[in-house]
Amino acid sequence: MIARRDLFRTSAGVLAAGALVPALDACSKSSPKASSPGSSGSGGGKAIKLGFSQVGSESGWRTANTTSVKDAAAKAGITLNFSDAQQKQENQIAAIRNFIAQKVDVISFSPVVTSGWDAVLNEAKSAKIPVILTDRQVDGDPSLYVCLVGSDFEAEGERAAHLMEKVLTGMTGPINMAQLEGTSGSAPATQRAAGFKKVMAASDPSWKIVISQDGNFTRDGGKQVMAAFLQSHPEINALFAHNDDMAIGAIQSIVAAGKKPGTDIKIVSIDGVHDGFVAMSQGQINAIAECNPLLGPQLMDTVKAVLAGQTVEKWIKTKESDFTADQAAAALPQRQY
Amino acid sequence: MNTVGTETSGTDTATSGASGNEALARLRRAASHRLFWPAVILVGLMLVNLPSTPDYFSIGVRHGHLYGSLINILIFTAPQILVGVGLTLVIATSGIDLSVGAVVAIAGTAACWWVVHASDQNAATTALAAAGIGLAAGLACGAWNGFFVARMGVQPIVATLTLMVAGRGVAQLIGNGQIITVNSSSYALIGGWWGPLPSGILIAAAVVVLTILLTRRTALGMLIEAVGGNAEAARLAGVRATRIKMTAYIFCGFCAAAAGLLLTSNTSSADANNSGLWYELYGILAVVLGGTSLAGGRFHIGGTVLGALVIGTLNNTLFALGVPSQSNLVFEGGVVIVVCLLGSPKFRTKVLNLRPGRRLPVPAAPTTEA
Repeated sequence: MIARRDLFRTSAGVLAAGALVPALDACSKSSPKASSPGSSGSGGGKAIKLGFSQVGSESGWRTANTTSVKDAAAKAGITLNFSDAQQKQENQIAAIRNFIAQKVDVISFSPVVTSGWDAVLNEAKSAKIPVILTDRQVDGDPSLYVCLVGSDFEAEGERAAHLMEKVLTGMTGPINMAQLEGTSGSAPATQRAAGFKKVMAASDPSWKIVISQDGNFTRDGGKQVMAAFLQSHPEINALFAHNDDMAIGAIQSIVAAGKKPGTDIKIVSIDGVHDGFVAMSQGQINAIAECNPLLGPQLMDTVKAVLAGQTVEKWIKTKESDFTADQAAAALPQRQY
Repeated sequence: MNTVGTETSGTDTATSGASGNEALARLRRAASHRLFWPAVILVGLMLVNLPSTPDYFSIGVRHGHLYGSLINILIFTAPQILVGVGLTLVIATSGIDLSVGAVVAIAGTAACWWVVHASDQNAATTALAAAGIGLAAGLACGAWNGFFVARMGVQPIVATLTLMVAGRGVAQLIGNGQIITVNSSSYALIGGWWGPLPSGILIAAAVVVLTILLTRRTALGMLIEAVGGNAEAARLAGVRATRIKMTAYIFCGFCAAAAGLLLTSNTSSADANNSGLWYELYGILAVVLGGTSLAGGRFHIGGTVLGALVIGTLNNTLFALGVPSQSNLVFEGGVVIVVCLLGSPKFRTKVLNLRPGRRLPVPAAPTTEA
């Protein structure tokens, strides 16, 4: 995997590497395999070394994300130093310090939480190692990282709202929507709610969000909260869930309440995990706004571009699509996560 | 278990003026009972739901299953009750088990792993074997904890903390970091429905009743309290303290495993990362709300059940009312503080001026349950 043709290069500064490999501009857009590793010299003229600290392995989505990063690195000839933070910020900070000590070329991580990164990111900056965030934003000084490769959660909320509009088209009478929020205070939960609300505010005024609560992104949470919703608001006829797993849990409660999910209560969710697609192909979920975990190739392209000294966009958004129930059966076999 | 009813006995007799004083005295006595205030809070929480859910107390049948708010609360609280019962006995030996949440995850994930790898997911034998594997895993975890605490003398909080951290990792390894979805009609029976009845509630009730019988109709409960009160004194008095402690931890592991089976069967999936998350804390909370001392030496299984129901009802109420989700934890904390304050005799005499009748200022809590 290590590119021998780079062995002749003894040392070059991180930013100088770009000047040595003028062809990289084109490469970063082309297939990863074709591009030569635009290595910096700090690794002694070997392949690019990327230190990547993952949040953990808390969901199928995350596992797919990890696999994508690993596969894309292997394909791009980038040496990946992977570390699992097991959802603890202190682990992640320790991993980043390790990466700095090992003098990797680029550090990338999916922040477990949004705040508290300034100190360790400053250390990376002093060591002149560029940092690329994936999947999630951090609060604080934006000059401490190069860019973010990840989803736009607010846009996902907006897309879900447009899908909801599509699903509800032709329905007469008032629409009473319930919302199952993700873990309270997490970026996807707040931003998806905001995006959804924004679009809904401009939509049919007879459509209302009658109740909204935290379902913790889990099936059990979605099930419990939906059961309680149906007690106090039996008039609910539409549901927006911040992720598929909560929608899957809610479906069980809807059935227990003697109603038909997808028919009596229209359901739109976000993510597009395998089980979500199964539920959609059975007509229980009406539409899903995808949140794509397969950002590995985009990340590797960005790593190369950054090392080549190119300016990249501060927020490189993941490519994502929308799915409705009629597309579910056809799309199901291709779902990788 | 017979204590919850006492709260109303005072008011029933307050009809004639002559017996008014006596009724007041009885009410005061009832108010100083350790389960009075948790019970009042529980009833209060239920009443809060009435304006938004007029049929809150009604129980009907949908699709051949019992349906209603109270049924929902019981179904979702059943795993928490199981964990609480196990924890109660461990805490009574002046121990603690922080690993229950992780054991819930291990047992549930192991059982679901077995189901999805079985040749016929729907076979009754598959579900039975899965349940056996889950429970065995729980017993093993309990024995692990018990070995370190009872035999090696490691502090309970340290010994079980290691399994709390490592255990969830083990569960994730079993599940390969993924949510395992099972499609097994037989496994769904464990935490699903037996005819019209929710099996989770029945299983939890059976465990509660059996545990109360075992501890209160035999000497076992007294021995546990003796060990928790003073392990050395108990040993000198001929109680096999090590064995009693070991039993308590193994039983706690068993209860946590049963909770894991209920949870994963109820959602037909095992989420190693989230199932049983924070159960140790909510379990301890339920135990404390139920009047069991964290210092050990005294336990009230009925109280723990009541404590778990208070927590479950509170959560259900917050969801049903749709309060802003950011404020959930504040409400939870608030209710816990109110229950704890009302349960404190000092607070009651000083602030509420509710003197505990003709009894001593600090009521001697009854040593037996029934």
